Amino acid sequence: MGPIGENEFFFLMQGLRWTVLLAIVGFIGGGIFGILIALLRTSKTKVARTITAGYIGVFQGTPLLMQLFVVYYGVALLGFEVNAWIAVAIAFTLHASAFLGEIWRGSIEAVPKGQTEAANALGLHYVSRMKDVILPQALKISMPATIGFLVQLIKGTSLAAIVGFIELTRAGYIISNQTYRPLLVFGIVGAIYFIICWPLSYAGSGLEKRMAKAAR
Amino acid sequence: MLNSAKDQPTLISLEDVQKWYGAFHALKSISLSVRKGEKIVLCGPSGSGKSTLIRCINALETIEEGKIVVEGQVLDGSTKSVDAIRREVGMVFQSFNLFPHMTVLQNCTLAPMRVRGTSHTDAERLARKYLERVRILDQAEKYPAQLSGGQQQRVAIARALCMEPKVMLFDEPTSALDPEMVKEVLDTMIGLARDGMTMICVTHEMGFARQVADRVIFMASGEIVEEAEPEVFFKSPKHQRTKTFLGEILAHH
Repeated sequence: MGPIGENEFFFLMQGLRWTVLLAIVGFIGGGIFGILIALLRTSKTKVARTITAGYIGVFQGTPLLMQLFVVYYGVALLGFEVNAWIAVAIAFTLHASAFLGEIWRGSIEAVPKGQTEAANALGLHYVSRMKDVILPQALKISMPATIGFLVQLIKGTSLAAIVGFIELTRAGYIISNQTYRPLLVFGIVGAIYFIICWPLSYAGSGLEKRMAKAAR
Repeated sequence: MLNSAKDQPTLISLEDVQKWYGAFHALKSISLSVRKGEKIVLCGPSGSGKSTLIRCINALETIEEGKIVVEGQVLDGSTKSVDAIRREVGMVFQSFNLFPHMTVLQNCTLAPMRVRGTSHTDAERLARKYLERVRILDQAEKYPAQLSGGQQQRVAIARALCMEPKVMLFDEPTSALDPEMVKEVLDTMIGLARDGMTMICVTHEMGFARQVADRVIFMASGEIVEEAEPEVFFKSPKHQRTKTFLGEILAHH
């Protein structure tokens, strides 16, 4: 058994950096495309609604691990030379956009119909109606679920290890193999995930309680 | 009657308007013409189509047959005609429908800025003018949830006025209010009527109808059953359904 010293800890921190970066990229990319998915999903055009429903169905109905594989090897098969980083970023963006799109679709539909009617009666067009009236209210409604998904996404980044990414979990695996102290190493790794995810979950449920109170 | 609208040009006309919800015939051959400055009160039992009728005028509902013309603009379902009509027609809803994430002032400035392209400064000046008119300017920086129902409805009236509409539609504006708040909203509406605004009000406030209406229209089962000046309407209704309805409504007041 080897000791767990400064070097090992530094190695874990480098893994953590990738974990956080992947989650941020997935969340931002997924957020941007997710808004688009949510808007198409709630649009008047049936084709747009059907296509986005299919998109959401596919990404919610298959494992994230499989999605990572498909994007990683699929992009290579198409003849593009991409590094693991880009492939994984694309996969997480697609995955997150489907989930966030569906969460936000629900929130858009949860905004009372009277808001759309009032906006229409005032003559506001689609862009202003969405940007100024509906989306700010929908995003507020969606906050607990959105934060919940972000937590899932942070933990989901561990799957990027499968395509050779040395993120936090993978880094822990390597150190554990070097030091033969799996329990200790993964205990530390777990604690790091917890330190990041728990405050988010806590903030999310706090928000949910505050909103429930305000709705009464 | 506050002023005679008899010689004024027609502002809104509905010809033979038909509306169905699936198999339900919601509006049956409705024809109605409203002159500039006229105040019309629409009443009738619930489900009689009165709200549907006024919601068709600003295209919140579509019609299956017939013709609606507002200020010379035929409502043909095109975006252009809908836009043109909504610019001239203000609406006040039963449930206020203020934007909860905006202050009172922001509620009032949004549409002038986005629809008419009014500058921020001008939109605020306009908003303050109309908030003053509904006597709620002191609440301009508050959010809707911080106001009483009556105050919220007055803000909703100011918000519609900020688009400087030629017609105001009121869809049961006092029905969701606690009794003690009804008067402040009605007083605001009476003030508007005095200033010559063309108004179509769906309401059961018969005192209001007596005081400001040029015509009272009674609807039942999607049809206009009877219309008359308030004096005649209340004293000597012709149809049995009108008599029954008035009997029920006035018994409560």
